[in-house]
Formats: sequence, C-alpha cells, structure tokens
Amino acid sequence: MTETNKTLDPVFEEHLKDLLYQLADDDFLFSFRGSEWLGLAPHIEEDIAFSSISQDTMGHATMYYELLEKLENRKSDELAHLRPSHERKNSILVERINGEGFYKDTPKYDWAYAVVRNYFYTQAKKVKIDSLSKSSYEPLAEIARKVNMELYYHLLHWRTWFVQLLSSTEEAKNRMLEAMKKVEVDLGDLFSYGSKAEKIVEFKLIEDEETLKERWTQELEKVCQSLNISVPEIPKNYSLNGRNGEHTQDIDSALATLSEVYRIDTKTAW
Amino acid sequence: MEVKNLVISKESVLQILDYVKDPEIDTVSIIDLGMVENVLVEGDQITIQILPTFLGCPALDIIKKNIIKAVKEEFYSFDVKVEFIYDPPWTSDRITEKGKEGLKKFGIAPPPRHMKEDGLWEVDCPYCGSTYVSLENIFGPTACRSILYCKSCKNPFEAMKPISNLM
Repeated sequence: MTETNKTLDPVFEEHLKDLLYQLADDDFLFSFRGSEWLGLAPHIEEDIAFSSISQDTMGHATMYYELLEKLENRKSDELAHLRPSHERKNSILVERINGEGFYKDTPKYDWAYAVVRNYFYTQAKKVKIDSLSKSSYEPLAEIARKVNMELYYHLLHWRTWFVQLLSSTEEAKNRMLEAMKKVEVDLGDLFSYGSKAEKIVEFKLIEDEETLKERWTQELEKVCQSLNISVPEIPKNYSLNGRNGEHTQDIDSALATLSEVYRIDTKTAW
Repeated sequence: MEVKNLVISKESVLQILDYVKDPEIDTVSIIDLGMVENVLVEGDQITIQILPTFLGCPALDIIKKNIIKAVKEEFYSFDVKVEFIYDPPWTSDRITEKGKEGLKKFGIAPPPRHMKEDGLWEVDCPYCGSTYVSLENIFGPTACRSILYCKSCKNPFEAMKPISNLM
C-alpha cells in the first residue's frame, strides 16, 4: 500500500488529497461536535450510543488522515490538529455549534437539531461511502468498504430518532421541522467537491455530485413520505463552500478547543 | 554459529500470537478473534498483518505493542512489524469456536448467529443460556459490543456486535 503512493501521477495525487481532506475534516468535525454532547444526551442509553458513534467516526477520520500522512509526509495528528481554518475542507454543516452556551458551562443544545443534522449527514455519508467503495484509488475503496459496516448502525440509529420524534407529540414535530429548516440551508456544500470537483470525478475517485444528491434525495423521499412531511431540498446557491476553505466563525472555537491539549506539546508521544 | 540465519516458520509466530490477548478481554486471543490475516517472514523481518475489528478502537495501538513485545521476546534478532490492513475487512464471523467459548467465559455473548431480515438478532444469555433476552442498546461500552438483558436470569450482559459484508 505504501509503495504504490510513490508512483502516483502528480495531478491525480493533488485531487486525491483534496478529496481525502474533505472526507477527513468532515468526519473529524462531525465527531467533535458529537463529543460535545457527552453527558448531555436525553438519557443514559443515548449517551452511550452517541459517544460510541462519535468514537467510530473519529476512527474513520483517522483512516483518511493516515492515507494523507503517507501522501503529505506529515503526521496525521498534525494534519488533524494544526491546520488553520482556511485550509479546512469540511462542509459548513459539521462545524455549526450545537447551540448556545459552552458545554462546560450552561449549554442550551438543541436535540432536534442534533438528530436532524446527524441523520442528514449520515445519510449523505452513506451515499458517499457506497460510491467510494468503487473508487479508482484502491486504498480508499478498502477503507470505504470497512466504514460501511459501522455506518450501518449509525444510520439506523439516527433514522430511528428522526422517524420517532416526527411521529411523536405536536411539540416534538414542530421542533423537528424547525431544525430541518436550519439544516436544509447547509446542505449545499455537503455534496460539493469544491473547485477541484471536475477532475475528482474524471479520475473516478468518486461519482459526480448530482448523482449523489439524487440518491440522497431518493432515500429521504421514502422516509419523509411515510411521515407526511416535505422532502428537504438541497440548495443550489449558497454563500460559503467549506470545500474551498470558506468557513463560518463556528469552526474557530471548535479548532481551538479540540487542539488545545495537542498544542501544549506537539512533540510528545500521546 | 550464526543466530541471524535462524529460520523461523509462520506457525511458530502464530503460536506466539495465540498468547496475545485482547487487552480488555483476557479470555480471547487475537487469533481467536480472527484478527490475524497473515504472517510474512522474509530474511530477518517478520511482518504481521492485522485486521482491525472497529476503526475507532483505541485498543489497536495496545495490541500492536503487545504483538511486537511478544514476538520479539522469542525472536529477538528479528525486526518485527505490525501492519493494519483493511482488505478483507474484519467481520464478526471470523471469531473462532474457541473465541466464542472465551467470550462466554468473560460474560460476553458471541455475535448473533444470524441476523434476520427485520434486523432481529438471535443471541443466548452467556450466563444461563436462555434465548429469552432483549436488546437494550446496539451501542455498548466499547465499539464492538452491544448491551442486552436476560429476562430469565435477570442479568444484563454484553454481546459482540454483528458486523458483516451484507450491511
């Protein structure tokens, strides 16, 4: 696996790396936001489930950072912790704060928002992983096939919450619909590959954006129709594209917190 | 009398690996869990290829260190390397019969024999053997385990989470 990297075509490698950063940063920020919920979930079983999912997802991010480690000749821990926000390629959706308040003080996190964000993101990840499992870059395809097995449980989990809350009381339903509106506006760059999209698809690293959007929408249609609610629309126009390093302020506090310990001593063995 | 020319077999390495236990479950080895995919001996280099169970499992680094330590103890003049590989992916049906017995001894039910179309699992209580059990949480204290409850002997217990290519 390591030897093949040395012979990659430079243009291919440039685009492969870009896609790997998108995948790595997405799962990394997603699992960070998930870990902020630790101890705050609605009940103890959910606390176990959510933190387990966050741990799995952090593991997925590690897989991509380790592929990058070989290509960049830079430690995966460094890639995860030390890159500034304008180099980050994650989508806007995963960097959004969980709600008002710091998790160590008085967090007013919104469970409806967490459920909708996690379900929509996980369904999008499923569509991507299915496509990546046929990627032209075999080391990435191998990882995707492994991630897929764990993702099965994550998707089952968030879909169950989504369906149950939307089939629950009037208040629950209203709060979920409110959360859906908030998440919907951030769906644009989630499916984007940024400025390098054309060649990423041409190299068959992953299928094109439109195909993946359609598959996601088809899955959402099934669930939404059974709940008698309208299917979320993926916006065509949006102001920030995280794939091109454009971000909200929310990412800065996330990066500061998650890298705080690592920055104390970057040379030490953890 | 050159120690360097010592020829070692794959089997002798596998025998050592059968003593490398899961750091959290000392009744099963990494061989029992089906994590060892290959052992390559070339010159003075021993490469052991390991399939991670779950990608975010924090025990992987400890397992790696334990493997190197155990093999080095026996074959100290060799360079020992551990590689994590993802193809084929680890699946829970790789756990051997001996592994299943070891899990039960620890109070963990082996992965469900069969997952039905509707997602129902078939699991027996590791304490009393009853099939009258309920799934409390697919997610458990570690990535690879789920939490169940035995309605016969009234014990909570854990089961290995089923992971397969069919997912």
